[in-house]
Amino acid sequence: MDLDKHYRLNPRVALRPEPFGALAYHFGNRKLSFLKAPDLVEFVRELGGHPSLRAALGASELSETRRAGYLKALESLVATDMIVEGT
Amino acid sequence: MTATLPIPALVEQFKHGLEAPICLTWEWTYACNLACTHCLSSSGRRDPDELSTEEIKTVIDELERMQVFYVNVGGGEPTVRPDFWELLDYAVAHHVGIKFSTNGVKITPQRAKQLASTDYVDVQISLDGATREVNDAVRGPGSYDLATRALANLAEAGMKDFKISVVMTRHNIGQLDEFKRIADGFGAQLRITRLRPSGRGADVWDELHPTAAQQLELYDWLVANGDKILTGDSFFHLNALGSTSLPGLNLCGAGRVVCLIDPVGDVYACPFAIHDVFKAGNVRGRGFGAVWRDSELFADLRRPQTGGACTSCPAFDSCQGGCMAAKFFTGLPLDGPDPECVKGHGEQALSTRDGALPKPGGDHSRTGARKSVSLGLPSVRVPDRACDTSPLAGLG
Repeated sequence: MDLDKHYRLNPRVALRPEPFGALAYHFGNRKLSFLKAPDLVEFVRELGGHPSLRAALGASELSETRRAGYLKALESLVATDMIVEGT
Repeated sequence: MTATLPIPALVEQFKHGLEAPICLTWEWTYACNLACTHCLSSSGRRDPDELSTEEIKTVIDELERMQVFYVNVGGGEPTVRPDFWELLDYAVAHHVGIKFSTNGVKITPQRAKQLASTDYVDVQISLDGATREVNDAVRGPGSYDLATRALANLAEAGMKDFKISVVMTRHNIGQLDEFKRIADGFGAQLRITRLRPSGRGADVWDELHPTAAQQLELYDWLVANGDKILTGDSFFHLNALGSTSLPGLNLCGAGRVVCLIDPVGDVYACPFAIHDVFKAGNVRGRGFGAVWRDSELFADLRRPQTGGACTSCPAFDSCQGGCMAAKFFTGLPLDGPDPECVKGHGEQALSTRDGALPKPGGDHSRTGARKSVSLGLPSVRVPDRACDTSPLAGLG
């Protein structure tokens, strides 16, 4: 992930709230993913509103460990096209 | 949530159920042009009480609100409903993707083109033998040709990612490589699932379910062929055979992430459990969501389950006790071993069970069922259905 880039939830992806977090469904490639924490869901929803990933992470006041976990989750969401680079 | 709090594995969370199913099977009619010997839903004749076009649309509206992103439509043969294509378009327009299972009867070149150009629709053609002989013995005379014609039409139309869906039996496990070749030849994906003793499947399960040696053959083949093969996660009971877990959800999803709506609107815990014991309610009235959220049966299934006699088995963690429906319809206790337990506990339990087997709910089989085609005999095409009630009667 490039911290200085702007990322957002792919508009073709719907998030369905679940007790564990959310189920993400990509209407384009029909992939299903799971966001395994409610705060991660919030983060992903608001990601596009921040000018960069760095800014989004800064605003969320995460611990180091949690931040690493977020980045890992975000990477896999980029790999499945759930999150895209915005302009 | 703090940084150090471990997040329980997803599979643990699924056990408590979801806000809406992930995998919803919805049978649109009990009518079928075939009479497969192992039909899960004992289909054949249309039920006069089947959901109307408007009722189905109402449920689709609800699924859209619940964010059920796709459903598996089956039957019976769903395409024999005269409103099938209308309903398909309606669902897609309402963000409910449709994956439908068909024997191919209506997949003409023209329909294949239509499907290929519709985003968000997926087709599964059922084929239970890689050869005409093995397939037609189970699915009936002419069914192999029906399926392969449909496959050719889809391939010709440029349809992407359609599936060949195979129920694994004693007679076709040896054909796994051949199925793969057929799928590759059509540019299709191979999907294999477990034979369940549900519906008419109960009558043929003893003779058709894989032997212990074949289960191992199947497991090894799946491990070797990796996640390119779709399985509907239906073989998790085989996980105790080796150290490699098969890809997919190692869990009975009944009432938790999975359920079935049948043609008359009854909601069951899973597609393999059409019986009053597993009926949660009906979509007529308060709708599907109310049944999914509030049914006592589903609440029960979402409580922690005990492994019963299996708890002390070292393999319990990998097989989770197997399939609820398979146990039920073979007369085994739900907290006991799966009838196809790879440790042999199922066989042992089967040999000591007593009492009559539970009968599946609502049998829609046509009377004067088709003559069976025996393996090993030259297949003879006898037009023996002239006297059968037409499964399409009343459908116009």
